[in-house]
Amino acid sequence: MAEKMTALRPVKPLPVPTPTSEPFWTALREQRVEVQYCEECGVHIFYPRSHCPGCLSSPLVWRTVSGQGRIHSFTIARAPTAPLFADEVPQLLAIIELNEGPRLTSTIVDTPLEAIAIGVSVEPVFDHRDGAVTLLRYRVSER
Amino acid sequence: MSSVVIPPIYRWSSGQKYYILYVRSVNKSYGSSTEGSRMAGFTGTASVVGVFEHPRERVHQGRRLLALEQWAELAASALRDAKIHPSEVDGLICNDIRESATFAPATIAEYLGWSVGFAERVDLGGASPVGMVGRAAAAIELGLCETVVCAAPARPRPPHPNPSRAAWTTFGASSNEWGSPQAEFEIPYGNLAQNAGYAMIAQRYAHEYGYDERVLAKIAAAQRDNAQLNPDAVFYGQQISVEDVLASKMIADPLHLLEIVMPCQGGAAVVVTTTDRARRLGRRPVRVMGYGEQLSHKTPTFARSLVDIPLREAATRAIAMAGVGHSAIDAVQLYDCYTITVLLSIEASGFCAPGEGLDFVRDHDLRWNGSFPTNTGGGQLGSGQALAAGGFTQLVEAVRQVRGEVGQRQVRNCDTVFVSGTGGIMSEQTAVVLQGE
Repeated sequence: MAEKMTALRPVKPLPVPTPTSEPFWTALREQRVEVQYCEECGVHIFYPRSHCPGCLSSPLVWRTVSGQGRIHSFTIARAPTAPLFADEVPQLLAIIELNEGPRLTSTIVDTPLEAIAIGVSVEPVFDHRDGAVTLLRYRVSER
Repeated sequence: MSSVVIPPIYRWSSGQKYYILYVRSVNKSYGSSTEGSRMAGFTGTASVVGVFEHPRERVHQGRRLLALEQWAELAASALRDAKIHPSEVDGLICNDIRESATFAPATIAEYLGWSVGFAERVDLGGASPVGMVGRAAAAIELGLCETVVCAAPARPRPPHPNPSRAAWTTFGASSNEWGSPQAEFEIPYGNLAQNAGYAMIAQRYAHEYGYDERVLAKIAAAQRDNAQLNPDAVFYGQQISVEDVLASKMIADPLHLLEIVMPCQGGAAVVVTTTDRARRLGRRPVRVMGYGEQLSHKTPTFARSLVDIPLREAATRAIAMAGVGHSAIDAVQLYDCYTITVLLSIEASGFCAPGEGLDFVRDHDLRWNGSFPTNTGGGQLGSGQALAAGGFTQLVEAVRQVRGEVGQRQVRNCDTVFVSGTGGIMSEQTAVVLQGE
């Protein structure tokens, strides 16, 4: 019975790369941020895609970027967004705008609450999980 | 045509280049709906003639039915309200039914004994009910069918005999399927469900335009006031003040508990038919005069802007199509999953300019007898959100207001009502203008 309960208990989901997104996750494991770039449109793109969402050209090229950006918006979730994330409360969820333009979802770590504000500069924190996948989290780099 | 300009839609965010376009397009669209000028579209050929909505309940107390059975019950009730015999239905529009993940319309037609010339499953989240009525009117305008039933069951089913097979996702509206961008780039960070997304929208609004939590709280309190005249509301008999809202628990900054809808159970249906036929049914036809919808993203991280919401295009199109000016609108029923949704919907629908919503709400009385009657039955904040049927709360109240049958909360001389729908996190949005004949 105990075994069965363990088997049924849901685990916090981690990213499962696709053939298209694999380079992004591989780079994160190596502490680099790579995003796609469309040579037709001259824009960086996130998340990884097979085709450019501006002109549908394919394939897109990968470029290494600093990963630095600014907080576009954030919230302090004081009630968990889902039961699986109860251990992370308060969850410091943020939308990060990379210096190159695209936005992504992340969480803020290693930062006092009062330092979190829209517009402040942030830098990547590579969160290696289970040795298999690395999440791209952020810390405020200016105070 | 009029001066209404619908700017091109930008489907992804790409930094500064995009922001300039956003500012320019706002200036163009605000205040551009011109009285009396109509764009191509609906001609008033279709009217809503029947509505039905279950009283909202925290937990349904009565007998439990399968979703298909609930569909039959809802359709029968709305058709009874319309005084139309079920055998005359020739169109149906549904959303999900738990018994059949695919082929839902055919399953429903078979179960209800209907042979229809138009069928569709709408997948626009909370924007679906308004989207259903827009599609029903379009099909009727085109002559594809004459009488369409739209419904959304939202009561629990009987307990599954094999509970392990009844497993249901804990990821809400987010897809955790492999290859889904949300599964890969959102859910692992805990960005799922609705609260955090709407909270980030509110934070961004505060950054761009300023914020006054008392104004947002006023929206929740005013709608709760309206709910005091609606015995079907889950919060009937439970008035709240601005102070109560601000004293409620902070869920995700800056959203307090009482600024967030209470999930509950219910279900609703509407019947749309030709206006010609509606006239013969002995009740005021509620014509579908204008419709619009807009969507460009699933997750707000990838929206063009957190505060310039898709409803802007949807509402602009619906109002221009109806050929009415904003001053001719007697009441609004705005999808209200959160107070911030109402504030942004007022702006996006052109009742004030972007960034002026706080002043607008401060200066207006949003109650049913106020200067800007909003969600006159309490909306979902005041009456509870019946899951996928939530958007019907706005529609059903709009129809009943135009028919003059809501008793004590009746808006005087209510001819024209604007209704909005919102799905996901301001992802898909829909708008319809209803007008009594």
